[in-house]
Amino acid sequence: MARVVVDVMLKPEILDPQGQAVQRALPRLGFDGISDVRQGKRFELEVDGPVDEAALARIHDLAESFLANTVIEDFTVRVEEAAEAVK
Amino acid sequence: MTARIGVVTFPGSLDDRDTQRAIRLAGAEPVALWHKDKDLKQVDAVVLCGGFSYGDYLRAGAIARFSPVMEPLLEQAKAGLPVLGICNGFQILTEAHLLPGTMLRNDHLHFICRDQKLRVENAETAWTTDYTAGQEIHIPLKNNDGQYVADERTLDELEAEGRVAFRYLDFNPNGSQRDIAGVTNAAGNVVGLMPHPEHAVEPLIGTGRTDGLPFFTSILKKLVNA
Amino acid sequence: MSRTPLDTVEHAAATPDVELPWAELGLKKDEYERVVEILGRRPTGAELAMYSVMWSEHCSYKSSKVHLRQFGEKAPQSDAMLVGIGENAGVVDVGQGYAVTFKVESHNHPSYVEPYQGAATGVGGIVRDIIAMGARPVAVVDPLRFGAADHPDTKRVLPGVVAGIGGYGNCLGLPNIGGEVVFDACYQGNPLVNAGAIGVMRHEDIHLAKASGAGNKVILYGARTGGDGIGGASILASETFDDAKPSKRPAVQVGDPFQEKLLIECTLEAFREKLVVGIQDLGAAGLSCATSELASNGSGGMRVTLDDVPLRDSTLSPEEILMSESQERMCAVVEPEKVDRFLEICEKWDVIATVIGEVTDGDRLEIYWHGGKIVDVDPRTVAHEGPVYERPYARPSWQDELQADDAGKLPRPATSEELKDQVLKLVGSPNQASKSWITSQYDHFVQGNTVLAQPEDSGMIRIDEETGLGVAIATDGNGRYAKLDPYHGAQLALAEAYRNVATTGAKPLAVSDCLNFGSPEDPAVMWQFAEAVRGLADACQQLGTPVTGGNVSLYNQTGEAAIHPTPVVAVLGVIDDVARRTPVAFQEEGQLLYLLGDTHEEFGGSAWSQVVHDHLGGLPPKVDLERERLLAEILISASRDGMIDSAHDLSDGGLIQAVVESALLGGKGARLIVPDGLDAFTFLFSESAGRAVVAVPRSEEVRFNDMCGARGLPATRIGVVDGDSLDVQGEFTLSLSELREAHEGTIPALLA
Repeated sequence: MARVVVDVMLKPEILDPQGQAVQRALPRLGFDGISDVRQGKRFELEVDGPVDEAALARIHDLAESFLANTVIEDFTVRVEEAAEAVK
Repeated sequence: MTARIGVVTFPGSLDDRDTQRAIRLAGAEPVALWHKDKDLKQVDAVVLCGGFSYGDYLRAGAIARFSPVMEPLLEQAKAGLPVLGICNGFQILTEAHLLPGTMLRNDHLHFICRDQKLRVENAETAWTTDYTAGQEIHIPLKNNDGQYVADERTLDELEAEGRVAFRYLDFNPNGSQRDIAGVTNAAGNVVGLMPHPEHAVEPLIGTGRTDGLPFFTSILKKLVNA
Repeated sequence: MSRTPLDTVEHAAATPDVELPWAELGLKKDEYERVVEILGRRPTGAELAMYSVMWSEHCSYKSSKVHLRQFGEKAPQSDAMLVGIGENAGVVDVGQGYAVTFKVESHNHPSYVEPYQGAATGVGGIVRDIIAMGARPVAVVDPLRFGAADHPDTKRVLPGVVAGIGGYGNCLGLPNIGGEVVFDACYQGNPLVNAGAIGVMRHEDIHLAKASGAGNKVILYGARTGGDGIGGASILASETFDDAKPSKRPAVQVGDPFQEKLLIECTLEAFREKLVVGIQDLGAAGLSCATSELASNGSGGMRVTLDDVPLRDSTLSPEEILMSESQERMCAVVEPEKVDRFLEICEKWDVIATVIGEVTDGDRLEIYWHGGKIVDVDPRTVAHEGPVYERPYARPSWQDELQADDAGKLPRPATSEELKDQVLKLVGSPNQASKSWITSQYDHFVQGNTVLAQPEDSGMIRIDEETGLGVAIATDGNGRYAKLDPYHGAQLALAEAYRNVATTGAKPLAVSDCLNFGSPEDPAVMWQFAEAVRGLADACQQLGTPVTGGNVSLYNQTGEAAIHPTPVVAVLGVIDDVARRTPVAFQEEGQLLYLLGDTHEEFGGSAWSQVVHDHLGGLPPKVDLERERLLAEILISASRDGMIDSAHDLSDGGLIQAVVESALLGGKGARLIVPDGLDAFTFLFSESAGRAVVAVPRSEEVRFNDMCGARGLPATRIGVVDGDSLDVQGEFTLSLSELREAHEGTIPALLA
């Protein structure tokens, strides 16, 4: 089994109300010097069998059509090597 | 004499004026508290009302929990000040660890607004003495993140100590564990629940029932008789 | 690399031959020439940006204006009207010193592209219109139309739209009390997401969008300005600057309801302290619209320094800043000595507020950027003197054939068994089925003043706790009727909304509308539009309910195929004491059911013809506005004097649909008797207008009958509230549980 991680973030030009609310709360909690916060989603996909190029391509399609709303979100797909080693 | 009950307004609070109305209808005096207040204006009890404080961003209640007003509130609640958390107020109380457990997204992933049947499990808290244990009531429910969860040991403890204050009846609207709709702390002064008693205080309005009024008459009696 | 010089007014005057991308910005050649003529020189890039957005169909109503004038010309005399067409929203006097503002708008296309955000920002926009009048928003309603219920794309669009409306409206603390959900293949690819809102204020709190008083400050407050919704202006930016490509501009705007909630509270607090001279929300065309409208409605001019606008994206060009449609922003005009207090209130609510300009003595709108003057225009030419088109229109060639295809000729059920099956099929069809799966995702209870919410005939809100004064609102539209006959279809939409308000016991006062049509460049569509407006204006005149404002949405079509003409009409009513409201649900067994009005064999455009025969043809039900008015008077009197305990208007689906809804909501069945002179089929399925079913307590029967008799309204006793099934004597019996399964199971099965 291998783990593939899909990170989904709002595109940089899209307003992120959630990140903004978090960022504004930071000074009150004593955390200074953080100029921007953006919040995203992380998906961990446990894949049966080898994570070859074909599998990654399928996951890419899955991310593009389902996990991310590409009208407003970008995504990245990567294999998490460490997880594989542990398992 | 009457009792002064504070209602905190956070940015994004929605039911602050409704809660003040419910307190007034019960015969007590509502006192508006602001999230930036550093003291509680000597109120006799506090209600954290419903809404989407800070837009429910990050997690429901997570940002409001660090408001200035929460410092004196935490301190006094631990010393016995009656506090009621409704919906978002309940979420704030769990984020502040005044009450155990937390709320997840509803299991069906939708906002849900309905007239919900509940059973009062504990009629001895500061906010429930005007009910009888086992009484069945209808209270409006409306939330996105209402699924109550806690670890098994906590749940067992809550059950054993009679700290499950309200349970959903007939229909579990959000996947809450053991149908829990509300809980109390061990002392019975801090109570939190997801349904909205302040929306069930007048005939004709909302569902037309007044099953929520006893929350506010319970606390009034307790404070006036104290 | 170096930038070309800033395109200032001076630069524009000196370089008359510079070609500007006016066509890419959507201007026609003659429109561009008119701009040049108005200015006496070529426009700067910034001026071109402003003219192009403000002269767009969406902002200028250039195709619809000539027709919309009828709403003013034919407006009935009404003492209730405080502010009419042309402001952010109309305002109506509802008595006891209260004024109510309400409006319906469309957010159709954005909701197709990104359903959640499109619908959410639609709610945000209409709510800002309401705040801009000085009112506290108290409720929202959402008339929605989607493609076929079982089409895969409906499953993408509908849940997103519903979640977006809920996600935004719930977070603002506004009860959602009404609206509609309609499915029809004609809306595939062109869903209609209309959003309405109501606000309440005292008469003296009415505010208008105007900038007066030289020296007064112009304050922009709310969200920072980003590159939202400025596809067009980006072209300009890239042509103006040759050094770097502008960063990507989002096609979709994201709403932040939390920010809007703060905006509401902070604006209302500023109103309470009387700090605001004039106010305008930023919606379509953003700052271009707000500055030009404020300046042109006021007495002076305005000077704005664009460098002072707080930005989310520092790479924005001045043209883009002017065109940005970033959400949750407002613009206020404030006297200099009150500016500090205004800014203090904004700070209290964590709202960013910046003085960006001031009102001047002159009559020009001047905008500066980096020290250069980039706009110098007469604001009226931008905001109010845009092009007006007399677009050609013609009755489509297929209209006669459509009307000749009479639904009365369709095969009717031959046996009682078949009749029963068709009843089940009707009440379980997507359009007639319960929409509670949708409406339960909206908060109905917040603010603690909701008296009635969907599925009631109209939503009702208490506005005074002491006296019980309340307002009711209903929105209706039937694209099938309007397709068969746009003139009468629009009137039927008004009649239904009017009737729905009266059915709950409220007196109809005023109208807002959202006119959804295909492309105005198609003469057939333009004819539908012209007919619908004429019909609506005539009917409003006759019923004495003026149009206070509204919205037109054109180009709802894919290729050649336009949507059904869909005028959606909202009627606002007032009720002296909400304790007298009449609900839809049957209240008590033994109460007598009366059918009010006349029933004819009218099936054109009916739900029955759609559900059973997938047919659309013939003529819609006849309109009798005098009858509607009489029916409304009877319903209001009966409610006020306690003669009826429940009432339901008859519309799509006919009598059987209404009775099933009342029975299921009340959890009580009914026995029905087919009246003399009618066959069971017509009795159950006809959609004749001007009708309602009421439940009369036995003790009130004589009084009620006398009233109807004296005033000449036909009232026919058709049965009694009884048991736990619906029994149509001599025909069939259906248990409530069977009906409930059919009526309530459909939508979750399709969408959940």
